[in-house]
Amino acid sequence: MSSAPGLPVPAGRTGAMVRSDFLQRFLAFGALIVLILFFQVWCVLIGTNFLTFENFVNILVATAVVGIMALGETFVVITGGIDLSVGTVMTISMVMTAVAITSQHLPVPVGILVGILTGGLMGLANGVLIARFRIAPFIATLGILNVARGLSLVITQTRPIYFPNNPEFQSGVMGNLFGLKISGEFGFPNIAIIMFGAALVAAFMLGKTALGRYTFALGSNEEAARLSGVNVANWKMLVYVVCGLFAGLAGVLSAARLGSAQPATGFGYELSAISAVVIGGTSLSGGEGTILGTIIGAFIVYVLTYGLQFVNVAQEWQIVVTGGVLIAAVYIDNLRRRQRV
Amino acid sequence: MKRFLSLAVVVVLAAAACSSGSGTAAPAAKPYISIVSKGFQHQFWQAVKKGAEDEATKENATVNFMGPNTESDVQPQMDMLNAELAKKPAALCFAALDSKAAGPTLQKFKDANIPVIAFDSGVDSDIPLTTVATDNVAAAALAADKMGDKLGGKGKVGVIIHDQTSRTGIDRAKGFVDEMKAKYPNITIIGPQYGGGDLAKSADLAKSMLAANPDINGFFGGNEGSIGGVLNAVTELHLDQTKLTIIGYDSGQKQIDAINSGLEYGAVQQSPIGIGQKCVVYAMKAINGETKFDKVIDTGFLWADKTTINNADVQAVLYK
Repeated sequence: MSSAPGLPVPAGRTGAMVRSDFLQRFLAFGALIVLILFFQVWCVLIGTNFLTFENFVNILVATAVVGIMALGETFVVITGGIDLSVGTVMTISMVMTAVAITSQHLPVPVGILVGILTGGLMGLANGVLIARFRIAPFIATLGILNVARGLSLVITQTRPIYFPNNPEFQSGVMGNLFGLKISGEFGFPNIAIIMFGAALVAAFMLGKTALGRYTFALGSNEEAARLSGVNVANWKMLVYVVCGLFAGLAGVLSAARLGSAQPATGFGYELSAISAVVIGGTSLSGGEGTILGTIIGAFIVYVLTYGLQFVNVAQEWQIVVTGGVLIAAVYIDNLRRRQRV
Repeated sequence: MKRFLSLAVVVVLAAAACSSGSGTAAPAAKPYISIVSKGFQHQFWQAVKKGAEDEATKENATVNFMGPNTESDVQPQMDMLNAELAKKPAALCFAALDSKAAGPTLQKFKDANIPVIAFDSGVDSDIPLTTVATDNVAAAALAADKMGDKLGGKGKVGVIIHDQTSRTGIDRAKGFVDEMKAKYPNITIIGPQYGGGDLAKSADLAKSMLAANPDINGFFGGNEGSIGGVLNAVTELHLDQTKLTIIGYDSGQKQIDAINSGLEYGAVQQSPIGIGQKCVVYAMKAINGETKFDKVIDTGFLWADKTTINNADVQAVLYK
């Protein structure tokens, strides 16, 4: 195959460099497009259509909660750490929002704040354990995973909490901006707008603030950062707090979507979030990663989940394929890295 | 760029190969029925799936059975409902993990005029046309009849149920106790007491019942855990099993062994295959325009004792 006609073909070394740069930037994005085309072809062959606005909206809604969780996880993974607790921290945030709104009769915005701050608090616990008590992130966050999971069950006495008196909470998050309908009954869902907004905030924090710079510094060479006078412990704690805050926001949105706090849910979401981060090209060994990559990674995870169901692949196989894609994504990303070095 | 294009071509070709081979293509004439269950990995759900698929073949329909990985995955179940709605199925069969959380999504099915049939634990909403489930009251009443007959209409029976909050717990206790009182007034009922379906707790309950009433000659356990506890208690106390009539619910290896050895007289078996089958039957009726159904469709239950446990119909619903 040759390049499209009319485009100047860079020769020799320059061409290779351009290609490598292109791959680096758009590998994940290209994979997402290929995946969508793959399902479209499959759908056409079985006589249906994947590229509908309804499917687009369903995928956006399905991605939002884990996508937001993955934003915070990106910061942690760039420092070379890991946060296994995001799934159940999301749950306890959901529960605290519900408690605030129902049994404490606080207004919905306060409930939302309580949920997000609960996430931040759990993140702080992770941060203190890791930065102050020097417990390995894997173990510390595994512990907090269980603490949050158990507390959610204790607080709710294992039953879901509903908020039938606050329908505006659910309709606000699940509705469309200005009630605008784009195609039939479907408009652009607010929950997706919130996700993209959160992604912009995360990208700003990572790219333009001191926090972002130190996040990369910790991941590239923590010792060097320490020697050059960076207060490593404090910045690390802050990174886990940020991760918790995003998990808290995810919990609030999940509560709104389900019209309830589900105390037994959330466990296992952390693996989807970490998959999204890694598929998005963030290195588990730290020092490298982008928010855009993570968002694309989250979409890859959910386009795959949704698409496989849409074309009626048996569920057992859906799980197998999801695992295979994760491994393939990380392998291709490794190749890309090696190529660049 | 080149590599990308070739990658894309490979993937597209693979897609073509996969789908032409997988045979998921459904001719437009065959109605497509979505079945969103509470799970897919447990033997119980696999049996529901089998019943539905067999019936679909018979009625010339296509079914797609799915359920979340665990019974706490409320949100993934919503995503499944959305994806199925986008496929515009002819009907939906649905067992809700959380009825209230599913409400808004079910409303979308109603708005799209897609008939909804609830199954298993049902859906707490007026959208489903009917609910396909085991009639637990009638099934527990059958257990009472078997007990009453075996005891010759007189004696003392201890009743241990898993809980008093779930629908199944309430219905099974009521079914057994009411039938016993109505048909066998000379049998005294001890309990019901509630052991949370926990083996150890249920065993303790059985032991304390025996301590207070040494003349007990029968036990009814309302689910696998409850009856398992009774069996443990009887074995641990070395009681003379010929003087006791023990009746359980559902299966599991322990009960199957106890029935075969004669320790347990028999157990009532639900029919997950029947649930799957009736789901499709009623979905097809709804697709063909019927709207008036009974509120609950009983999927039947079977009696398994030493003489019937090896029958094909009983074997089909047993699980280990």
